[in-house]
Amino acid sequence: MYCIIVGGGNVGYYLSKDLATAGHEVLLLEKDRQRAARLVEELGEMAMQGDGCEVRVMEEVGFGRADVIVAVTGEDEDNLVVCQMAKRKFGVPRTIARVNSPANEALFNKLGIDTTVSATRIIFNLLEQEIESDLVVPLAALSRGNLEIVQVELSPQSRVVGKRIAEVVMPAGAHIVSVIRQDRGMLPAPEAVLETGDSVLALVSTELENELVSTFGEV
Amino acid sequence: MRVIIVGCGRVGSTLARMLADANHEVVIVDQTSDSFRRLGPKYRGTRQVGSGTDIDALKRAGIEKADVFVSVTDGDNRNIMAAQIARSVFDVPTVLTRIYDPSRAAAYRELGIQTICTTTIAANLMFDLAEGEPVTEFVQELQNVRSSGGSAAAGNSGPRTSGANAGGAAA
Repeated sequence: MYCIIVGGGNVGYYLSKDLATAGHEVLLLEKDRQRAARLVEELGEMAMQGDGCEVRVMEEVGFGRADVIVAVTGEDEDNLVVCQMAKRKFGVPRTIARVNSPANEALFNKLGIDTTVSATRIIFNLLEQEIESDLVVPLAALSRGNLEIVQVELSPQSRVVGKRIAEVVMPAGAHIVSVIRQDRGMLPAPEAVLETGDSVLALVSTELENELVSTFGEV
Repeated sequence: MRVIIVGCGRVGSTLARMLADANHEVVIVDQTSDSFRRLGPKYRGTRQVGSGTDIDALKRAGIEKADVFVSVTDGDNRNIMAAQIARSVFDVPTVLTRIYDPSRAAAYRELGIQTICTTTIAANLMFDLAEGEPVTEFVQELQNVRSSGGSAAAGNSGPRTSGANAGGAAA
């Protein structure tokens, strides 16, 4: 794979090295001359000074033959433009943009960016898992944030304890993916009976997440 | 007409004053309140401190009812992003943005955003003047700008508030 990474800050730097170690062809673009010079010194041909939003630079480094563009500068608007230009002008199959402000995630998806990564949201979700005060804890966002895998730990008062999985009425399009019982993951067999302490993993659309509270909540 | 201008630099402040003097409702948004000094004491419109790419700030500025949105900060990418928010999220009928980089200006013209590339306009005008010929290159560039927003936004241009659609691009 030929990956072009725009933005030679910490994320871009470590990402380039990891991708190169994994055997991919990588180019790291950094706009600031001083920083770029240091990167070139350390990474050699893998790094280059240039503004990834300028068509001339994009042509020079071969955006046209890139398999993926990753925009990880510190400014959301720069990441947006890199990815949009990459897709529209060069037909790059996959674009990934870092989003610093969580509010921009939905916006970027709407404007055609394939994948957005918001460090804030990932850490927030991890914190939620640690705290586990909510009944339904999001574990992973899929499909551009439209779907999630969530975890529900069943208390003794949960209305589904003692019921067979087939009897659990899930919101539209939601599915139980697995049941974790005493640290062992099980496939959700329809005849299996749910017990207190089970962790139910479910795939659900983001907007229906809250309905799971009534599905699994207290009687 | 209700106009929102993002960026109170030279162009932004001049445009804001012109529109306010022509009795339009103008809100100018800038991240630093110092920039508003460029408006002078006689400016009759509204000023708002905030970021033109922050949806909440734009809502506070009245973007949901705006007829015209103009982004003229000194950052091309910021202008592009603000313009797209105005166009794709809020369906503002006329969206204008100043872009310095000619290739980016051309690329985003296809999205129904009227990009005004002052680099190209200045170069074209000076080219014509230097050659001593009629200003054809310059006029051609202006027509490129005019037709970009109009063709992509056919049927959309014109103030939200008035019933009649003027048809074609409002430059």
